[in-house]
Amino acid sequence: MALLDYFLQKKEKQVTTASKAKERLQIIVAHERNSRNKQPDYLPQLTEDILNVLRKYIKVSDESFSISLDKKDGDLNVLELNIELHDEQNTD
Amino acid sequence: MARIIVVTSGKGGVGKTTSSAAIGIGLALKGHKVVLIDFDIGLRNLDLIMGCERRVVYDFVNVINGEATLNQALIKDKRVSSLSILPASQTRDKDALNKENVGKVLEELGKTFDYIICDSPAGIEAGAMMALYFADEAIVTTNPEVSSVRDSDRILGMLASRSRRAELGLEPIKEHLLLTRYSPKRVEEGEMLSVEDVVDILSIPLLGVIPESQSVLKASNAGEPVILDVESDAGKAYQDVIDRLLGETVEFRFLVAEKKGIFSRMFGG
Repeated sequence: MALLDYFLQKKEKQVTTASKAKERLQIIVAHERNSRNKQPDYLPQLTEDILNVLRKYIKVSDESFSISLDKKDGDLNVLELNIELHDEQNTD
Repeated sequence: MARIIVVTSGKGGVGKTTSSAAIGIGLALKGHKVVLIDFDIGLRNLDLIMGCERRVVYDFVNVINGEATLNQALIKDKRVSSLSILPASQTRDKDALNKENVGKVLEELGKTFDYIICDSPAGIEAGAMMALYFADEAIVTTNPEVSSVRDSDRILGMLASRSRRAELGLEPIKEHLLLTRYSPKRVEEGEMLSVEDVVDILSIPLLGVIPESQSVLKASNAGEPVILDVESDAGKAYQDVIDRLLGETVEFRFLVAEKKGIFSRMFGG
């Protein structure tokens, strides 16, 4: 039995700590890269608020609306809103 | 035009200063004019690793404040004449450095030297940002260990967004991965991230793999950069790093554990 244990143990070692480390790192690094390339914390709330204001007056679907905050050269930040308006959405 | 290379990592204790010293000596031995700058203001250590701690008279901050000229502050290496060291200040606070005055010093050094190696402090504070700001290339020193890899990725983000090259929209900093304290035996046992794992996660080109080696501690004890220990694995691995930095293609060594002979297996070795 001891001999069998010896071989089994060896096999189990293949999925040990190093692969666990790699898996954890891949997840956290991907997550941190995303938030790095992305936007400030307030952006989701800002998006929500702007959409609510717009919807008081016009119909805006989620797909026809986009918002982004871009860093241009130097200290210039540009907040860009794209709203697609469809013909049938008359504002009366 | 001098090549400005920052040796950085985010995490402390991974081998930035050891690597800076080895790379500085290695490049100088190839006949290049090299200056090593210690950016760790307040925690000067490059002088100790280089073995010139008793010869420090003026430092980086003295030069910036106009209290000394560059020539007065630069320490010529006693082993390799084409290598100079600009030590960090031990007393002043790190706010002494800013982009304007550091830029001026680097420009001045660029007139004389082929390579300017910036040994970064750990962390992502002002000192580390200053060390990487002017870089053309970055050697990201990483241990095969979770916190070091994560911090290296963080630094890669900084290189891409906070450097001069990023701000001016120039060609990005050329990134190199230097994996240090690598233990092939532990990798084979599944206890340590492998070279492939780390390259996979950080996805930057591999410059070198330095095996965990007792010669590194011996080298710093003596103030003789480990690359001068030509018999040691670590010394040879740094030599390969130099050749790759100079554009040669060199096969990676010391990636597999040495096989133990039957006798040492039986009697323990």
